[in-house]
Amino acid sequence: MEDQDKNIETDICIVGAGPVGLFAVFEAGLLKMRCHLVDALPQVGGQLSEIYPHKPIYDIPGYPQILGQELVERLMEQIAPFRPGFTLGERVESVERGGDGSLTISTNEHSTIKCKVLMIAGGLGCFEPRKPAIDGLTEFEGKGVAYIVRNPEALRDRNVVLAGGGDSALDWTIFLADVAAKVTLVHRGDTFRGSPDSAGKVFELAKAGKIDLFLHANVMTLYGNGHLQELSILTHQLPPTRIAVDDFIPLFGLTPKLGPIAEWGLDIVQSAIPVNPADYSTNLERIYAIGDINTYPGKLKLILCGFHEAALAMQSAFKYVFPAEKLSFKYTTVYGINAF
Amino acid sequence: MNPDGSQAPLEVPVNINLSLMEVLRAGGYPIPGTCGGIALCATCAVDILSGNEKLSPAGDQELDMLDLLPQSTAATRLGCQIRLRPEMDGMIIRIISES
Repeated sequence: MEDQDKNIETDICIVGAGPVGLFAVFEAGLLKMRCHLVDALPQVGGQLSEIYPHKPIYDIPGYPQILGQELVERLMEQIAPFRPGFTLGERVESVERGGDGSLTISTNEHSTIKCKVLMIAGGLGCFEPRKPAIDGLTEFEGKGVAYIVRNPEALRDRNVVLAGGGDSALDWTIFLADVAAKVTLVHRGDTFRGSPDSAGKVFELAKAGKIDLFLHANVMTLYGNGHLQELSILTHQLPPTRIAVDDFIPLFGLTPKLGPIAEWGLDIVQSAIPVNPADYSTNLERIYAIGDINTYPGKLKLILCGFHEAALAMQSAFKYVFPAEKLSFKYTTVYGINAF
Repeated sequence: MNPDGSQAPLEVPVNINLSLMEVLRAGGYPIPGTCGGIALCATCAVDILSGNEKLSPAGDQELDMLDLLPQSTAATRLGCQIRLRPEMDGMIIRIISES
């Protein structure tokens, strides 16, 4: 985002602005620790906002029922006194350790956040395109293979092959039929569960000869010399067909991945970060993991468990932020909220 | 059946009332179950090699996700959407590994 500060210094960098990341700001604020949140999504709320904003949640203490988006709004209101910073729409890429123990996190948009403690509240991770098992696929990424249509005009007068059977595959096939020189859709089934209108339109385009439609078919291998040139399609009825292609766009939805976090030297077990359940610290000093992204004996992926983890992790993080001070535990009912 | 083709029997207590995904995960099988059972990540996809008729049909949310899986076939289901019942005894399933 253009108006975001690119070089930030704070006490605690929280990766992931879902409910647990947001509540962690509150628990840090009670201990006078400042927070900055980073999230790959362009808005706060994580899964709540992205996946089930209008679904009721029944296990938030004190709320017999609350909608996902409403919980996000209430959390934002709750943490407002502690004035957290946000870097949204950017994915964390790397972490570097300074001589004083500080950590500097860099994003894919070249923002940096220098902090004393890193709190990973990344939930399911970030959602990345699902990649089908096709020979040569990764070799031609950026050289004819793309998993998302960013600029349809770049496909004008090109020979485009799409694969997939969902709404995205149908919608882009219809749109590109008028833009590209040639459009081919490859689908492993013979029916489409997407919008019936879109499916009908695709069958009409195929019948009219405006697109090529391969059903019960899979793209098997990509060929090229530095750039994608041909691909082979296997169908149930025919021998493998090899066709010319400029751009191949597999559209098989998104799947959650840990992303670059997996390369930071953290222990990883089945896509989760093992932590010490006493304070949710990871195997790396000054790095904690809370919420759905961590694992420990008895772990439950519940928002309320993530809230608990945030409280304990922040108590533990205090020693890195204020090494000369003694942590004293205070109730909000006695001391209230001391805003920054 | 594991992704590598090896087979192992899976014993499940009667009336455990858990999903196939949870039971496989608890048994140490390579099933991430990343999304926690809400038919969102498809990391628990399995092929039902025998006993398909013992299962309830897939719901819309599961079908939508299966539709997006490149390696999915008519036998593919999401383990998180299959609640184990005693009459499922004897089914053979293959874990699909998503690289």
